[in-house]
Amino acid sequence: MLEVLPIASITRDVPITWFLGLGLAMFILGGIGVVTRRNPVIVFMCIELMLNAVNLTFLTFAAYGGSGINATPGGMAQAMNGQMMVIFVMAVAAAEVAVGLGIIMAIFRQKNDVDLDDMSTLRN
Amino acid sequence: MNANQLAFIALGGLAFLGALGVVLIPNPVRAALALVVNFFVLGLLYFVLGSQMMGISQIMVYAGAIMVLFLFVIMMLKLDKKAEEVAPGDAWRKRFTWLIGAVIGGAIFGGVMLPLASITTRVNPPQNFGTPQAVGWSLFTTYVWPFEVISVLLLVGIVGSIMLAKRRF
Repeated sequence: MLEVLPIASITRDVPITWFLGLGLAMFILGGIGVVTRRNPVIVFMCIELMLNAVNLTFLTFAAYGGSGINATPGGMAQAMNGQMMVIFVMAVAAAEVAVGLGIIMAIFRQKNDVDLDDMSTLRN
Repeated sequence: MNANQLAFIALGGLAFLGALGVVLIPNPVRAALALVVNFFVLGLLYFVLGSQMMGISQIMVYAGAIMVLFLFVIMMLKLDKKAEEVAPGDAWRKRFTWLIGAVIGGAIFGGVMLPLASITTRVNPPQNFGTPQAVGWSLFTTYVWPFEVISVLLLVGIVGSIMLAKRRF
């Protein structure tokens, strides 16, 4: 059996706002990257960054007991909600990356170049 | 300033630098490596938060599988040779773009974090809530319906990417 990490000492010493601030900073950086970068692969990486920022926020609230989690038997089911969301976000991100990179490769095969500023085929 | 806070500052600072690298580094391969650093350190932060199962999944799925996929595509499309060149007259425009991004980002950060600055919530979750046993139990009882639906989504993703790869446009 794995030794359980002393989660209680973390939540006592580190304020929840530090974790939330890190998640928010990563989300903002990802958003800036999506808007400013012109390489579609890097745009995808920035989207991954934003998804991971959300995951970090979910796990932070799970660990700090966001909405009245307590140590009763029913509290366990509540404490799992954040982690379940993270699992589903990871699955969606995997599917999204597979399809998105497939689209980028299809565009590259057709035009032999990928630059988001030159992709205007759908414009009227 | 105690050991836990120092550990968070070290890990969180590294994660932030990795995220900054993804946005700022022109070379796609180096940006991808910065993202690997960010994902790996995030996995460690998940361990710190007590979610061991999520930490392992993060390192395996993101730092392992997804980043290999990214690097594979970057190398195959030869995107690393072509940096994002800027026309001579556009240098100031690029700088202006970053300035606007920094201002809006800072405003959003301040606007969200200032109201949160005073909250103190500390209700501890049950021990063992991040172990594979607990995650698996919850996944196959409370969340069995979303779990099945997500498998359909992954199947659609597989079929879709194969269709995109096979079809001649």
